[in-house]
Amino acid sequence: MNGIEHLPPWAAVLTAVFLLTGAAVTLIGSLGLLRLGTFYERVHAPTLGTTLGTVFIAAASMVCFSVLESRAVLHEILIVVLGAVTTPIALTVLVGAARFRDTAERAQLGEPVGRALPHAAPGDASAGKAD
Amino acid sequence: MTRLLPFPIVSSCLLALWLLLNQAVTFGHILLGCLVALVGGRILTVLEIPSVRVRRPGVIMRLLARVTVDIVRSNLAVGRIVLGFGRWQRAPGFVEIPLDMRAPYGLASLACIITSTPGTLWVNFDAQRGALTIHVLDLVDEEEWIRTIKDRYERHLLEIFE
Amino acid sequence: MSQLMLTYSLLVAQVLLGLAIGCGALRIFLGPRAQDRVLGFDTLSVNAMLLLLTVGIRTGEALYFEAALAMALFGFVGTVALAKFLLRGEVIE
Repeated sequence: MNGIEHLPPWAAVLTAVFLLTGAAVTLIGSLGLLRLGTFYERVHAPTLGTTLGTVFIAAASMVCFSVLESRAVLHEILIVVLGAVTTPIALTVLVGAARFRDTAERAQLGEPVGRALPHAAPGDASAGKAD
Repeated sequence: MTRLLPFPIVSSCLLALWLLLNQAVTFGHILLGCLVALVGGRILTVLEIPSVRVRRPGVIMRLLARVTVDIVRSNLAVGRIVLGFGRWQRAPGFVEIPLDMRAPYGLASLACIITSTPGTLWVNFDAQRGALTIHVLDLVDEEEWIRTIKDRYERHLLEIFE
Repeated sequence: MSQLMLTYSLLVAQVLLGLAIGCGALRIFLGPRAQDRVLGFDTLSVNAMLLLLTVGIRTGEALYFEAALAMALFGFVGTVALAKFLLRGEVIE
């Protein structure tokens, strides 16, 4: 705890609100990771934390350090931009891999591949199957 | 211009990155950052990335604003779904969307937009048929999603990249 | 007063982010399939990055920012590498 005591009240309140909002949004997203049923639904969940969660916590950090050092501290923008660019790429690659595995597995089981799209995400039905 | 700066956008991003990381806009850092930008741009030519011409900066800004609004809105929607408010019945599903876009950078941008918006997810793009498959967390009306993607995003991306 | 509020909200935010990390870790343990585990890892790394930023605000150290930046980069590289492994590694030999 060094430095925070010197924050003026408005900055402290703003930082606190941003922090709590960001952390709450991130937690809701991560809860979705546990609560949603199939893999393709679960992929939606962490994007909450990487979009709004990151933006709010980076904003809190920006407000806090800008006021403390009485100059514009903007380098948290880098984390926001980095997160906004990298997360969709990682998730798209991951979904591609999952889709490939589903199709390959069904081909192995001798089921019709059809439009090569797992409409019911069959992999999740066989829970507990060792990977 | 093209020989010295093969990728002007990447180079300017590198310069901005350097200045932000050092948190200083002094003459020395601008000089060093320009050096990094020049060298980084030249190194990218080794990878033989197809070059891109981006048009209509006004459309880009409008698209960015729209994507920001959509991200906030769908954050709220997905949060409500995760916490279990609203309708109990929810039908996740795949939607197939016929796309007119063929430019690789436009498709990549569309993939980033769709995936980073909570609630929609880029699954696959069939280049032969031009059919894009997305996964939607709360699928109410298939036609409406097709219209949304095509009107809100693809039209602008077509203007920018083609 | 407002300082006290900030102190407590820092604490609460850290607890919330810790729980979020726990969710990611639980998904890694539960699976059921390899891609779920990779997704859990991705979420965990993003949440850990946010926790580092929060710790940075708490201590007033600028160093945590750099740690968070490195964490974000390594999380991305790790997720893509694992996804590529799933694509090429084991299902079809």
